[in-house]
Amino acid sequence: MSDKEPLFSAKNRKLLTNPLGSDNPITIQVLGICSALAVTAKLEPAVVMTISVMAVLALANVIVSLLRNTIPSRIRIIVQLVIVAALVILVDQILKAYAYDVSKQLSVFVGLIITNCIIMGRLEAFALGNRPWPAFLDGIGNAAGYGIILVIVAFFRELLGSGTLYGFNVIPQAFYDMGYQNNGLMILPPMALVTVGIIIWVQRSRNKALIES
Amino acid sequence: MENLINIFIKSIFIDNMVFAFFFGMCSYLAVSKTVKTSMGLGIAVVFVLGITVPMNYMLNKYILSEGALTWISASMADVDLSFLSFIMFIAVIASMVQLVEMIVEKFAPALYSSLGIFLPLIAVNCAILGGSLFMQERGYSTLAEATSFGLGSGIGWLLAIVGIAAIREKIRYSNIPAPLRGLGITFIVTGLMGIAFMSFMGIKL
Repeated sequence: MSDKEPLFSAKNRKLLTNPLGSDNPITIQVLGICSALAVTAKLEPAVVMTISVMAVLALANVIVSLLRNTIPSRIRIIVQLVIVAALVILVDQILKAYAYDVSKQLSVFVGLIITNCIIMGRLEAFALGNRPWPAFLDGIGNAAGYGIILVIVAFFRELLGSGTLYGFNVIPQAFYDMGYQNNGLMILPPMALVTVGIIIWVQRSRNKALIES
Repeated sequence: MENLINIFIKSIFIDNMVFAFFFGMCSYLAVSKTVKTSMGLGIAVVFVLGITVPMNYMLNKYILSEGALTWISASMADVDLSFLSFIMFIAVIASMVQLVEMIVEKFAPALYSSLGIFLPLIAVNCAILGGSLFMQERGYSTLAEATSFGLGSGIGWLLAIVGIAAIREKIRYSNIPAPLRGLGITFIVTGLMGIAFMSFMGIKL
């Protein structure tokens, strides 16, 4: 049936848009929190991290989906880990070659994409049971949902914590002259958790269906 | 010896896996509903970190890092295999977890039945791979230092998950705004615990 299906049918569009809101990987599925919180002190690493996760997730989804009928289910975790690890090594080497400063800032977190639960979660839940094209869309959609939360958290932490956005000063000097101070607490790790907590709060008050009993 | 204790204390309290680096947050949030199960997962993490960090240390020192292969022949001094470290570390971790699972099943069936479901999950817990990657990045100089770092990080993670589980057991009876219930409040409480743990930062070791 899906042979005749148009590339962007309603079902496939849902794969792209659902993870952005009501099925968000971070705030609803609770996947991939570790890296999401650690790279969000500034916008730049957050954006680079999103792009890296998107590349790895989309490609891994396609590869696993192509191999889904040949992977024996007993050793599938190891096979998936090897596929993901190979892709992450590629991303890491590319970052080291073309964006060395960011790659230093991300330090071990590029390597941790391997164990990012978003990747394993989507491979297990989606790629193993679907064709390559929907799997590709699912990968892009989930990585974008992950990226949205990363960018929102990084936006507030960088704006309030350093008074910059993407490295540019946005708070006018006049504010500092009047006694405004950057809030150093926002840069520290705990505030990332609180910021995500508040995002969850806002999202669930707007969409009552998501409230946990 | 003093150095080892310093690394141990530092990795438990100051560089705590959960509060300073957010490692292993996924299982931290998913499993911390009761103290009993989180204790089981915590012990499994200590166990696996205590084994895989020293193993990966040896792997890094004698095979992967630049010039590590000189023990085979002097002509291999400029071979640098460190780009392979992700795939080698994750392979060691996945196979060690499998091995530990089999050994525990054979020799300690009681422990196995309490840890059983958590052991395979640990292969994809970021705290484990994170431990090995930090070990590589910080360049610990002896096997003992790496082991003490691995055990310390594991115990720090155990402390964090048992702490949040105890709080979540109590918080169930509190009147929390409906949209914050469950996940939201857990994030905020973890943030507050993190701020509390930051008070250890002042300790100079």
